[in-house]
Amino acid sequence: MTETVTESMLRARGLGKEYGKGDSLVRAVDHVDLDVPAGETLAVMGPSGCGKSTLLHLLGGLDRPSAGELWLAGQRIDEMSERALAAVRRDAVGFVFQSFQLMDELTAVENVELPALLAGRAPRAARRRASELLDQIGLADRARHLPSQLSGGQRQRVAIARALANEPLIVLADEPTGNLDSEATLDVLELFESLHRAGQTLVIVTHDARIAATADRLISMRDGAFVDDTRLTGGTAGSLSALVGLDS
Amino acid sequence: MSRALFIGRLVVRDLRHRPAQAFLMLLAITAATTVLSMALALHGVTSQPYQHTRAATRGPDVVAVLGGPVGMVGLPGHAPQNFGVPPLAEIRAEARSLVSARDVTGHGGPYPVASVILRMGHIAAPAEAEGRDRAAASLDQPVLTAGSWVRPDGIVLERTFAEALGASVGDRVTLDGHPYTVAGIAVTAANPPYPNMCFSPGGDCVFDHPTSSALSAISIGLAWVTEPDARALASSAAPLAYELDLKLKDPAAAPLFVSHYDAEHRLAGSGGLTSWQSIAYDDGLLVQDEQQVLTPGAWLLGLMALASVAVLVGGRMSEQVRRVGLLKAVGATPGLVALVLLAENVAVALVAAAAGLLGGWLAAPLITSPGAGLVGAPGAPSLTAADAGLVVAVALAVALASTLVPGIRAARVATVTALADQARPPRRRGVLIRVSRRLPAPLLLGLRVIARRPRRGLLTAASIAVTVTGLVAVLAFHATVDVRLDPASSGLGDPVIDRDEQMLVVLTVALVGLAALNAIVTAWATVLETRRSSAVARALGASPRQLSAALVAAQLLPALPGAVLGVPLGIGLFALARSGGPRGTIVPPAWWLAAAILAALLAVAALTAVPARIGVGRPVADVLRQET
Repeated sequence: MTETVTESMLRARGLGKEYGKGDSLVRAVDHVDLDVPAGETLAVMGPSGCGKSTLLHLLGGLDRPSAGELWLAGQRIDEMSERALAAVRRDAVGFVFQSFQLMDELTAVENVELPALLAGRAPRAARRRASELLDQIGLADRARHLPSQLSGGQRQRVAIARALANEPLIVLADEPTGNLDSEATLDVLELFESLHRAGQTLVIVTHDARIAATADRLISMRDGAFVDDTRLTGGTAGSLSALVGLDS
Repeated sequence: MSRALFIGRLVVRDLRHRPAQAFLMLLAITAATTVLSMALALHGVTSQPYQHTRAATRGPDVVAVLGGPVGMVGLPGHAPQNFGVPPLAEIRAEARSLVSARDVTGHGGPYPVASVILRMGHIAAPAEAEGRDRAAASLDQPVLTAGSWVRPDGIVLERTFAEALGASVGDRVTLDGHPYTVAGIAVTAANPPYPNMCFSPGGDCVFDHPTSSALSAISIGLAWVTEPDARALASSAAPLAYELDLKLKDPAAAPLFVSHYDAEHRLAGSGGLTSWQSIAYDDGLLVQDEQQVLTPGAWLLGLMALASVAVLVGGRMSEQVRRVGLLKAVGATPGLVALVLLAENVAVALVAAAAGLLGGWLAAPLITSPGAGLVGAPGAPSLTAADAGLVVAVALAVALASTLVPGIRAARVATVTALADQARPPRRRGVLIRVSRRLPAPLLLGLRVIARRPRRGLLTAASIAVTVTGLVAVLAFHATVDVRLDPASSGLGDPVIDRDEQMLVVLTVALVGLAALNAIVTAWATVLETRRSSAVARALGASPRQLSAALVAAQLLPALPGAVLGVPLGIGLFALARSGGPRGTIVPPAWWLAAAILAALLAVAALTAVPARIGVGRPVADVLRQET
């Protein structure tokens, strides 16, 4: 037991989230167990409303579980105070949202450096790290552009760079390609692929089977519960372009 | 369906749908219009009680003062002056000349008037002791409200003066050391009541006492004693003056008689003539002072209401984007959309104007008591059509000034954008964002909240500036009054100051109430407007405490310059309101001003903290789900 806690980057036991009471009770996440080892890319799939996003919010400490226990890097986080949870989100978790959730009034580089500034890093160091990340994702020349001046794919790449600003232990992505066309989807998948190769732990929630196919492991959800847990062997070794339908 | 009916129905439905916002807007505008109506309703309210008093006391048409440094004491910036007393023969000659003048049909006096220092307990007050027959006079016979008329060693005090002294019948007083018993208390129409007897230049004031420099040279009381007593109180240092009451053939022509006689016959260094109209005017000074407080107060409240309504309207408009889209989708022109949005606030403003006029008209009698110096009830508050028009115009100006920009903006938004209910994109203020990078997280986030909506920051600054302006004006009033009532002065209360203080309390409560409402509304509008960015910041690791502090900082940062600006504005406002008054302006001590600024900022922080905590208390996931 203790061994698993230390080996898993993320561990959940009996994790549940309920809304409402009596006849209107909804079990968005229904007492699930989960272990995500460090460096693994996990895809969670399922139809709309099956509880994927709620699970992701619970895993990242954005929402409080109704039941169960949750550990991140060996630290139990479901009982933490809101302040401690904020520190976990700031230092250990990076979020990527379907709708990007960039600050409209901030440029790309200002968006990327924001988590570092919130963590109290020196402004110069935060800017240097943000510039490096934008360079890595190929958007160095768009650093001073506002989100409204970027394409959807570029915005999502900026959001991913922002998620990496504080070198998190785990990146949680909620439908990261849901608002993107095929070409932008490929850009984002390539980015995730490079993160995977660098040993970044990733949990990607998606309803797109092509995206799920790039992961090491796929969990299928229905009605808040896990109905399948499959280890994928092909995964990211295949052609991403072919997966997203860009190969002729 | 006609266009007006269509707009009317939309207005009614929307007001029903958002009663709290409509009520707050109504409250803000009504506060301003009520105070303005009260200030306007004070015109001429003392004229009726003065006429009652004049009839009851057989008041003279003209009062002549013979001898004494008439009219010079009490003038702002003038020390009491003595031009020397004319020889008695000349005074008699002038008296004869006056009573035999063509338009004079009767007279009373001349009565000797002694300048004395009246002492009662620890109070020492300058007073004029007018010598009277024990029998009733046919002209200017003061009406007793308590006790009996003068007798040897028995003094009658003018009622306002008696109230300031706290004297009642049977009390013991001294006049220049001579003991007297208060025999009675009375009112007169021949002199303005305490403390305004020596206020007007050329008034019937004769006070001239060698020790008066240590006491108030402005607030002179009036007492009646027997003629022998008055003569006994005179000395070479404080010689007698004489008061002569005249009855004219045409009382309405009294001012003309005074100006003609002053120009042609008046003795150099002798007293002056005062018409009953001039005395009636001085009687109204009590209420005029209230107007001097209420009128600028009403404008301050109007400005505050403008800030409150601008924030409320801004908040409402952002919630009405989708409604605008629906109206446009079914064929409404931008003009019609703007008209619908304006009509709502104009309707609220008109109701607020009506409520303010009614409230001001009903409340005016509460503050228009004619004072103890007169008998009879105050006249009905006079609100003319022009007054009503001004109140309505102010209410409409507040509504239109705060609605016009957001209304036009909403009317111009593209239909598709409006239907998608997309919030207006925040503004980018690069300088503020760059500066904020170097600050701790709460200030970083707070400054960026300001940078997103700089107009709201300006409204916060304006609101606090207006509040502090009002507070500092009140402090300047107290500082000025404190100097006037310092221990070296008589120690007497001042009914004018008492009334001013009552008005200031009412105004301060209204101003602070509106400012509090404004702070809460602004904070809540900011919380709602920044809920998505706050949720994202929390997802990126900002704690609820940091975000609460950020929202408080977003209010405090613009509030600080506003509060500082309020200090010179408040002193300037007080100086302007008192211009021409007898007391000048004393700048309050620095620590009073610093305390006012600090109190205003602490209040803003406290009032913002509550909505901020409620706003950031929502789970991040809920907000992100809704805002996606």
